[in-house]
Amino acid sequence: MSALSPMSITSAEPDLLYSEEEEALRAAVRDLLTDHCAPADVIARAETDAPHDRALWKTLADGMGLAGLLVPEEHGGQGATHREAAVVLEELGRAVAPVPYLTSAVVATEALLACAGDDCAGLLSRLASGRAIGALAVGLHTAPGAFRAVRLESGLLHGELTGIADAAIADVLLVPAEDGALHAVDADDVTITPQVSLDLTRPLATISFDAVRGRRLGDAGPAVHRALRAGAGLLASEQLGLADWTLTETVRYLKERTQFNRPVGGFQALKHRLAQLWLEVAGLRAAARSAADALAREEDTDVAVAVAQAYAAPVAVHAAEEALQLHGGIGMTWEHPVHLYLKRAKADSIAYGTAGAHREALARLVGLEAP
Amino acid sequence: MTDAEELRRRTGELLAAHPPATTGTLDFLRARFDAGLAWVHYPRGLGGLGAARSLQTVVDAELAAAGAPDNDPRRIGIGLGMAAPTLLRHGTEEQKRRFLRPLWTGEEVWCQLFSEPGAGSDLAALGTRAVRDGDTWVVGGQKVWTSSAHLARWAILIARTDPDLPKHQGITYFLCDMTDPGVEVRPLRQITGEAEFNEVFLTGVRIPDSHRLGDVGDGWRVARTTLMNERVSIGGMRLPREGGMIGPVARTWRERPELRTHDLHQRLLKLWVEAEVARLTGERLRQQLAAGQPGPEGSGMKLAFARLNQEISGLEVELRGGEGLLRDDWSMRRPELVDFTGRDAGYRYLRAKGNSIEGGTSEVLLNIVAERVLGLPAEPRTDKDVAWKDLAR
Repeated sequence: MSALSPMSITSAEPDLLYSEEEEALRAAVRDLLTDHCAPADVIARAETDAPHDRALWKTLADGMGLAGLLVPEEHGGQGATHREAAVVLEELGRAVAPVPYLTSAVVATEALLACAGDDCAGLLSRLASGRAIGALAVGLHTAPGAFRAVRLESGLLHGELTGIADAAIADVLLVPAEDGALHAVDADDVTITPQVSLDLTRPLATISFDAVRGRRLGDAGPAVHRALRAGAGLLASEQLGLADWTLTETVRYLKERTQFNRPVGGFQALKHRLAQLWLEVAGLRAAARSAADALAREEDTDVAVAVAQAYAAPVAVHAAEEALQLHGGIGMTWEHPVHLYLKRAKADSIAYGTAGAHREALARLVGLEAP
Repeated sequence: MTDAEELRRRTGELLAAHPPATTGTLDFLRARFDAGLAWVHYPRGLGGLGAARSLQTVVDAELAAAGAPDNDPRRIGIGLGMAAPTLLRHGTEEQKRRFLRPLWTGEEVWCQLFSEPGAGSDLAALGTRAVRDGDTWVVGGQKVWTSSAHLARWAILIARTDPDLPKHQGITYFLCDMTDPGVEVRPLRQITGEAEFNEVFLTGVRIPDSHRLGDVGDGWRVARTTLMNERVSIGGMRLPREGGMIGPVARTWRERPELRTHDLHQRLLKLWVEAEVARLTGERLRQQLAAGQPGPEGSGMKLAFARLNQEISGLEVELRGGEGLLRDDWSMRRPELVDFTGRDAGYRYLRAKGNSIEGGTSEVLLNIVAERVLGLPAEPRTDKDVAWKDLAR
């Protein structure tokens, strides 16, 4: 890439607004989550052996058809775009909903969309309908780029992968192997051991392969890259929803809470911090929309995703940390949901690559090379 | 209603009657004003046709394509952006007819006599006095940070006409003739070395009552029209990627590999991302406005750009290492326009310090965001019901 090419401007500016249809979709998802994903229930569920909310997932995937947004209609999906999926993720982030939307309906689905063949088409339609949950067997911390492949001996998969998000409820695993191919493996054929995860609502698991036969789907390289890039780009919308919730809740609380005979939100030291957070969230909304639009149009995608992920994680973590601090003592309690948001925000800051990893990618993309 | 086709037809007639190639600039601009094509959303007879504001782009595009001269809007920005909308809303018919045409053609440059040494963020605390003497007002006081005062023919001026009332009530709005005896303009030299602004001393300046804008004592309400129009213009530019202050730093980074360090690289990438996000936020705001759904993002754009400009220009001085220790020039100049990219990195660093002060300090803007966007309780007001003369100063 020449040093000058990044200076060129993309022909059309991205569409950074929400369409009426997108707003209607948001309202429907939000209504559902208001009724079926109360913070107290998420907290209670998080401590059980089954932290995922399968009933909620069934309603989202089966009832509303949201698992198939990115899947073309001929494969049983909705034929929508990343813009709509991003709106769903904003709302799921706002509720820290414990459902495998990002991992199955976005990342695993995108990996399959990069492959071809009957097996692949069948899997796509199962994921789109919500009849099956898929998980890409790549550690959640992995940025678009290099990833680990499992050992292949005499056509059978061997080894162990750790940090696989939502693997505990997956029906099918998409596994990159040493032969350079992506393999489909039934979850029943491997040993999946839950790990104790920082984020209670998106738990990680270890997968052990002990001479397991997989079904070859296609080349792992482009499939994993496409999946992780979409994951990173749309994660920004989840982070936006999360940050927006923490800011809104904190503003609400500080208008009610009084100390020194005044609402706490009237103190300038706190007002300025909240105004600063609002600014950051407004920027995150523009960055997240830009990434979703770029993924949908396949234009300027690498830069837009890297910008969004380099910006989103610090903002989401900052918003959750400020929410905790400004809630005072109650922010430190298990009963108040802010800890769920902080844990999700901090885990998200590592998911699909840290902000630093995305800045490094950007340096190459826009011709600002390291010394 | 005047539509785009009608405007194209009228523009064509103007160009036919006054071919740009053979018509002097001022003659052309006057003819354009008289044809109602100056600002099409203004009323007929006052340079407009009562058309939709958005249709101005139709006229501008046609005229630009025909090589017609423009009125150099940047040079007369205060007149166009602030004095004109205030005159239109609060002026008498006579005032509008007298002032709007030479204002728009640029024959008469305007400046704004608002800020004072003791009244910046707290503008309504101003102390410049206007005392009535028959049909005239006698004005005395000092104004500061006045752009273009040394070029201006006219000024919009707010002054105190009743010190016994609370500060927002005893203010009156005037149009001040800058050539009158008693108006003294002194350059105010800044940290950059140049004098972009002025101090203006007013000593026994006599303003006829016919140059009062709005009612006596109603000046704060009139001034709010001016100030609202000031805010509208902020953050309105459309920038390409790397179009702001990040551009020169990124270019230097690419062209001068010997200057690169790992620490600077990390900071540059972080600021590049923030600049791109600020650009996208501005773009989103413009798309909202175009779709008729104005959002609150505008309240934050100035805050974001002020901080970014300061951090980026600071990084640029460091990036240049030994060269960063030098300046191109400290000589006193009086530029007609502020040119952020035409001078060196040191100039940008020093000038950007004003970005968080001019047009509302960042501290005041954060309060505005907190109160008007987030709905947090307002600052306690201890000055609301106190006579201006009894306020602490």
